Amino acid sequence: MPEISTHILMGHGSGGEMMRNLIEELFLPHFGQPFPGGTADSAVLPVSSLLPVFTTDSYVVDPVLFPGGNIGTIAICGTVNDLAVTGANARFISAGFIIEEGLPLATLREIVVTMAEEADKAGVKIVTGDTKVVEKGKADKLFINTTGIGYMEERHFHIHRAGNAGPGDLIIINGYIGDHSIAVLSARESLMLTTPAISDCSSLGGMIGEVLDNSDGIHWMRDVTRGGLASVACELAASKDYGVKLLEPFIPVRDPVRSACEMLGYDPLYLANEGKVIMVVAREEADKVLGIMKNHPLGTRAAIIGELTGLHPGTVVLQTAIGGSRILQPLAGEQLPRIC
Amino acid sequence: MCLSIPVRIVTIEGGFATVSFGENTYRASLQLLEGMKPGDYVLLHAGFAIQKLDRQEAEETLRLIDEMQDLSDGKSGSDQ
Amino acid sequence: MDISKEFRERGRVDILLRQIRQEATEKYIFMEVCGGHTTAIHSYGIPGLLPGSINLISGPGCPVCVTSESFLDHAIALSAMPGILVATFGDLLRVPGGGTSLEKEKAAGASIIVVYSINEALDLAAKNKDKMVVFLAIGFETTAPGTAAGVLDAGKRGLANFFILSAHKIMPPAMRAVVEGGTNVNGFICPGHVSAITGSGIYGFLPDDFGIGCVISGFEPVDILQSVLMLIRQVNRKDPGVEVQYTRAVRPEGNPKAMNIMKQVFKVSDQWWRGFGTIPGSGLQLKPEYEKSDAGKVFPAPPQRQPVESLCMCGSILRGTHTPADCPLFGTGCTPADPAGACMVSAEGACHAFHKYTMSL
Repeated sequence: MPEISTHILMGHGSGGEMMRNLIEELFLPHFGQPFPGGTADSAVLPVSSLLPVFTTDSYVVDPVLFPGGNIGTIAICGTVNDLAVTGANARFISAGFIIEEGLPLATLREIVVTMAEEADKAGVKIVTGDTKVVEKGKADKLFINTTGIGYMEERHFHIHRAGNAGPGDLIIINGYIGDHSIAVLSARESLMLTTPAISDCSSLGGMIGEVLDNSDGIHWMRDVTRGGLASVACELAASKDYGVKLLEPFIPVRDPVRSACEMLGYDPLYLANEGKVIMVVAREEADKVLGIMKNHPLGTRAAIIGELTGLHPGTVVLQTAIGGSRILQPLAGEQLPRIC
Repeated sequence: MCLSIPVRIVTIEGGFATVSFGENTYRASLQLLEGMKPGDYVLLHAGFAIQKLDRQEAEETLRLIDEMQDLSDGKSGSDQ
Repeated sequence: MDISKEFRERGRVDILLRQIRQEATEKYIFMEVCGGHTTAIHSYGIPGLLPGSINLISGPGCPVCVTSESFLDHAIALSAMPGILVATFGDLLRVPGGGTSLEKEKAAGASIIVVYSINEALDLAAKNKDKMVVFLAIGFETTAPGTAAGVLDAGKRGLANFFILSAHKIMPPAMRAVVEGGTNVNGFICPGHVSAITGSGIYGFLPDDFGIGCVISGFEPVDILQSVLMLIRQVNRKDPGVEVQYTRAVRPEGNPKAMNIMKQVFKVSDQWWRGFGTIPGSGLQLKPEYEKSDAGKVFPAPPQRQPVESLCMCGSILRGTHTPADCPLFGTGCTPADPAGACMVSAEGACHAFHKYTMSL
């Protein structure tokens, strides 16, 4: 069998032999054959009595490899998590690759292998995909689009609309915030920062499934990604039926993340995550839910970090570590290293 | 202005120091300070160590505040 | 001992608050002239913890907020020139100038790179010998010595393709401008990191000439509250002076080596401040012997634009005569995502901090 060169060439997207080699030697061995009954171009999926849930997301990250993950693992986790926080069980994923000419094949292989592993762990099948190659400079190394399909029990339909949420509910997060942003930042060479922070990139479907199987008290969920905890809290408050109160001392932030933020002038509350969920939980169910999360490897540092309140509808107020309070606004623009 | 954080010098090589803070490390320029040695605490600003931190002074500042507490405890104690 | 944590302790904050409540028998207006203080005060929610009789206001201490539009126009023009890479601190990226900003120009294809340190800009010049790298040098006495060291380094490393565009400023003349313009400020919370470089001697004119007290403060909540307490005591005893709260970093002599490097490379110049106009002797420009690294000389500025009429009140907000809430644009025509004035741009700008932390509280 011919060696498929060390770097991606335009020919790998040509639709001809080189592309077939790439698919047969790299993608299929890891992603597996198309779902029975399907072809490489489209997958045929089973019907279900449950509600189908459908999501799509595109992934761009610089650099494509970073401590704790890569663009491929976040493309799986992100889509699985989008389905999971809706209350659905992710089952099938499509993966579209837009590759910049010249990407080292070893990099692509590492990404594909870890994507397959992540999909396995999350219990989803990558059932269809696509590859395009663009000229050098027309894309930044690699962009991935994933679309996911999952199934949801009807009793969870209220969750994504926060139908049962109200003042008195408690807010739980499954662990440390900001690790992902700081890990990605440190992987950029020019900034001479080294940090033990590694991306929290993980598929939350398993943990969320356990919670939903054992408690009817989940009133809302959202994965905490770009924009950070503060922006998600603002989204939660946006309905104006209640306000959100967050308690800074209880929000888990690792020392290296906190101090990297202090160096660069970042606020941890606005850092991106790839394996965090916040749940709004009926007060009487909170201890049980917290216990379930803490028993799961992805929730060992879960914490109750705040509550919904009738006091300031539509507004997110952070009670600070010294007892003061301040309003949290959604992220206004990407955080940039600053000196002032 | 002037975001600046306390960091500890771990090693020194040429005009640069590896400094640590909260388990992170950074390669900081020592061009603006004289006579630094590993173990010293310095302020890091925009890539430069700009001033040595005096830990004794820090402890003295904290002691003054903690004494206010003792004083007012003493006062409320005698009031009762 | 983790120094920062000790100075964030809730217990010590409570001790100081109790003491402040006991001793604050009058009305006090204290001005911080350091954006780092503005940010710390608001991010910890300190105003809400203080008695109502103490009003903390923000002065001209955010170097981004006081940077002139013509500097920004110059930087933007440079970024559009072929063969030039502009390296900037993130602070400047969103500052509006002439209907655009570095961020918008970057999106449109201009070569603009955000750095944390001038040392990254030097490495950029070393790696891109076919390009000219222009570093946008902003900041006060804390930052200027690093720029000076960078200029010297460029010489040593033979980086003839490295330039700076200086908007460096020095703090005392601006503080003088605030008080000379007439002010009801009872005391200044003075910038700790500027003073770590300059030493504590630069504020003597405030008590001596104007009878206003100063405390040089650190940036943790305990530092700021202790400084407020020290200022209250100065006012109460009617004995204004210059005191240092931030003794762990500020010594009378400052950092002589840093000062010397700064003086070796820069000369004092007049400088234009947003909200104040030209303040004599308040800026730093490269000395003639370093002119070959001076982007201001090598790449002439674009022609001056007619200043755009604006309702923006940045100027009087920086002088302390108005608060952000007084501005007709605040929160509607001027927001952090789409700032009209510079005070809304930097996270440490008075309007940005006010918007981010207190809007609708």
